[in-house]
Amino acid sequence: MMEVDARGFSCPIPVVKTKEAIDNNPSAPLSVLVESEVSRENVSRLARSRGYSVKVERIEDGFRLLLSPSSK
Amino acid sequence: MRRFFQSLNPRILLIFSGLVFGVLASLLVRWGNPANMGFCAACFLRDITGALGLHRAEVVQYIRPEILGLVLGSFIAAFAFKEFRTRGGSAPLVRFLLGALMMIGALVFLGCPVRALLRLAGGDLNGITALVGLIFGAFLGILFLKRGFNLGRSTKLPALPGWLFPAFTIVLLLFAIFTPYFIFSSTTGPGALHAALWVALVIGLGVGFLAQRTRMCFVGGWRDLMLIKDIHLFSIIAAFFVGALVTNLILGQMGHWGFSDQPIAHNNHLWNFFSMSLVGLAATLLGGCPLRQMILSGEGDTDAVMTVLGMIAGAAVAHNFGLAASTKGVATFGAWAVGIGLAIALVIGFLMKERRQS
Repeated sequence: MMEVDARGFSCPIPVVKTKEAIDNNPSAPLSVLVESEVSRENVSRLARSRGYSVKVERIEDGFRLLLSPSSK
Repeated sequence: MRRFFQSLNPRILLIFSGLVFGVLASLLVRWGNPANMGFCAACFLRDITGALGLHRAEVVQYIRPEILGLVLGSFIAAFAFKEFRTRGGSAPLVRFLLGALMMIGALVFLGCPVRALLRLAGGDLNGITALVGLIFGAFLGILFLKRGFNLGRSTKLPALPGWLFPAFTIVLLLFAIFTPYFIFSSTTGPGALHAALWVALVIGLGVGFLAQRTRMCFVGGWRDLMLIKDIHLFSIIAAFFVGALVTNLILGQMGHWGFSDQPIAHNNHLWNFFSMSLVGLAATLLGGCPLRQMILSGEGDTDAVMTVLGMIAGAAVAHNFGLAASTKGVATFGAWAVGIGLAIALVIGFLMKERRQS
């Protein structure tokens, strides 16, 4: 699975990186690492608006967001 | 309280916060702040810069409690929601410079992105020129973001540096309360017009709290509309404008609709456009408008503190070197400064890219 490591970046960079990954790999699952609550919210919102479901895992220094494209 | 906030529908919280902020910004004018300047992140920080004697423009010196409230309100919210994290090290010097340029741009227009909306909500159509310029600047910033622009990663730091700016804010609050002899305070001009200290402070605290929770940003809203077609942050901007406009109408505080003879404004369209383009570009590269930088400064982001310190330096430069505009119009050097500022911001946009990790 492709992984985007956006830890340490403040918004909007994590969103920009996730968007780029989504655009380059349409309908592929993605893992996005972010550090802050704000980035978690923003990346999740972007992913949901693009039809992905989002699963959040806590990791040591932030969150791992697992984005899976919906089946349609 | 945490549960209450978490239970709210996010969109409702955004619109509520925007409306409340807009209404309060308008009421602050009724309670003593300058016309169409109930709240202005750039102008108010400039007033604080003057109060500290870092510039000597006698009409704009006052410790604005709204700004202190913003930082402390954000600090309280960040603690209450366990979001206070000290971090830093993401190109601090570049942030300082962009902060200074952002302030110079705002002082040539005479307002930050918040006041641009307030001016329009008070009938000043120059607000439209400014918003178009701001959106153009944000658009330029987005082009750089898409090319891979960023200011690098920040790292986690020990707690202390994150506490420094809120602590400095408390020192400023003590200065505001006890007005020691070395603090300047305008006796005429916009700096002499202000709401009572505790009113301004409480409103600042409330707005700071809500802004921290909603991630309110008066450039980010426009950016997200264009970049990801998302109206999340923009809904705050829209609600803010409606709140201010309706309150102005109810209070009979509307001026006349037009470009000329507006309060604390000039109608040089060319430089209103370009100065706010500079603000929009710098804010997009920095990841947030002047208000957002102060909110981040309250939650442990020392990079945002560097930006705010840059804004203070920018305010000092703007007034000491005669770059700031006045109601008489744009100063010659002000136009030059905006032109050079745009050039510098563009160079930063081109050159700051992450090195590819191998």
